[in-house]
Amino acid sequence: MHRYAFILTRPLQLIPVLFGISVLCFFLVKSIPGDPVRLLLGTKSTPEAVARIRAQYGLDEPLLTQYIYFLKNLSAGEMGHSLLYKMPVLPLIAERVVPTLMLVVGSVLLTLLIAVPLASLAALKRGTATDHAIRGFTTAGLGFPAFWLGIMLIIVFSVKLGLFPVAGFGESWLSKLHHMVLPCLTVALALSAIVTRNLRASMIAELASDHATAARAKGLPESWVFRRHVLPNSLIPTINLLAINVGWLIGGSVVVETVFSLPGMGQLLVRAIFTRDYMVVQGVTLVFACATVVLNFVADLLTVAADPRVKI
Amino acid sequence: MSVEALSRGNWLARGFGALGLGRANLNLRLGAAIIVGWALIAVFAPWIAPYDPITHNLADKLQGPSLLHPLGTDNFGRDILSRVIYGARIDLQMGVLGVLFPFLIGTTLGAIAGYAGGWVDILLMRILDVVLAFPFLVLMLAIIAILQPGLTSFYIALALVGWVSYARLVRAQVLVLKTSDFVTAARSLGFGRFRILFRHILPNCIAGSIVFSMSDVVLVVLAGSSISYLGLGVQPPTAEWGVMIAEGQNFITTAWWITTFPGLAIVLMAFGFSLLADGLAERFGLRQP
Repeated sequence: MHRYAFILTRPLQLIPVLFGISVLCFFLVKSIPGDPVRLLLGTKSTPEAVARIRAQYGLDEPLLTQYIYFLKNLSAGEMGHSLLYKMPVLPLIAERVVPTLMLVVGSVLLTLLIAVPLASLAALKRGTATDHAIRGFTTAGLGFPAFWLGIMLIIVFSVKLGLFPVAGFGESWLSKLHHMVLPCLTVALALSAIVTRNLRASMIAELASDHATAARAKGLPESWVFRRHVLPNSLIPTINLLAINVGWLIGGSVVVETVFSLPGMGQLLVRAIFTRDYMVVQGVTLVFACATVVLNFVADLLTVAADPRVKI
Repeated sequence: MSVEALSRGNWLARGFGALGLGRANLNLRLGAAIIVGWALIAVFAPWIAPYDPITHNLADKLQGPSLLHPLGTDNFGRDILSRVIYGARIDLQMGVLGVLFPFLIGTTLGAIAGYAGGWVDILLMRILDVVLAFPFLVLMLAIIAILQPGLTSFYIALALVGWVSYARLVRAQVLVLKTSDFVTAARSLGFGRFRILFRHILPNCIAGSIVFSMSDVVLVVLAGSSISYLGLGVQPPTAEWGVMIAEGQNFITTAWWITTFPGLAIVLMAFGFSLLADGLAERFGLRQP
């Protein structure tokens, strides 16, 4: 079988997962305590009005039929209406995608920018004080609460030094980037702890590998061996590690968006929970779950593209 | 007992080992010391804390660190040190209870699925795939949205979401051990399935779960304080570190101490559990130092 054949077969395997996600999201809203119609109409509604709405939304049908309606609507991009914003959920989410996307992509880039030099330094100077200091950072960094780290960065870089805006999201792209620096740094500092730890371990393994020894035996300088032989090979597991942490990354972005008042999907979710805007909660959860599944698929693709030996 | 373990019997040798040689033990001991320290602080909070953590004292509001208030006071004049001390009760409880329920549920379900095989296993693995497809925190928030915001909802949500990691871990181990000789021996003695599973197989694969649960505590404490920070977990005026950070965020330009110290407390507690996890992993030989 061709090594890219999984591009066709994998989505088929994902169908049960996507089906499960839809079932879970469906029951999430179904299990809200209290009558959803009374929630919609208020407590003073007449029984006739309740019955009418019930029929209109198909709430008097059996659960299975309701689920099929839900799927039908979903395939048409219909995720219900937001009670708070008085608009359909999907466009509402679409408006909020950009800050979240910038946050996630920016954090990953910044993570690599931090983790690659740190891991290289630790792996090359293994056992020295530098190595111990970097390993200390990776152990401690795992336990840094992102929301607190964000506030500390605000205190230092925004309040004391005045380098970055305290919160919000700018108008122009340049201003948006300026607003994104601290949020991305917040997520990246926490994530780079995990990445540095694993990257260091795989670098040490690669440094001792046969192909590195062979390259050295050819008389290649150590810096060349490291850059061209060790680094590319040790970065491959990192792709997987980032894929495993996509869920964590999205969760972190929810919290960080709240810290920096970024108008992203995470902030939308948190506000929706407070205002009991259940259709928005359902929509955002659904989109986040699908994004996780898709990103994992992309990570598989990248791994195969980066390493011809890998078969999925 | 191995030679290495025998040589550890001497306290003096242990001390020297901790200083330079035995890094694995250093992790374990330092981690244990930090966690025991927090546990003592949590238990004896009413005797250690210099002030009441809840009562307002507006005359002393927003004071910086001083001899009277070593970590300063917040906008209601409450002593930050006392609140951090009382916060240890909630956050330690969140970490321990928050791991206990997923541990018990996940271990049981994973063991049953791995041992029973067949449709039970397939069904469980499908459910597991679905739960894992969701970002952890997002699914927890969604569940909390349906229940009421609060500590109980946090535990329920965590139990519903967190069990999957344990189930997967234990299932994989049970699958391996199921075919081993001592299980065949137990079966040939006519022992029942539950006795074999819970008395013979499970004790042999629990070490991995215990080590994982230690590093899981870190994630749970962070998740708990994050959710409380968002306002969906522990509710004010209870002294909880995430709540304190949320309350202090409005005062970062004037009173940095309100947010800084509770955060440091979280970092220190998480660091303790991380060290404990690393040390235990090395002791059980599950991870190379």
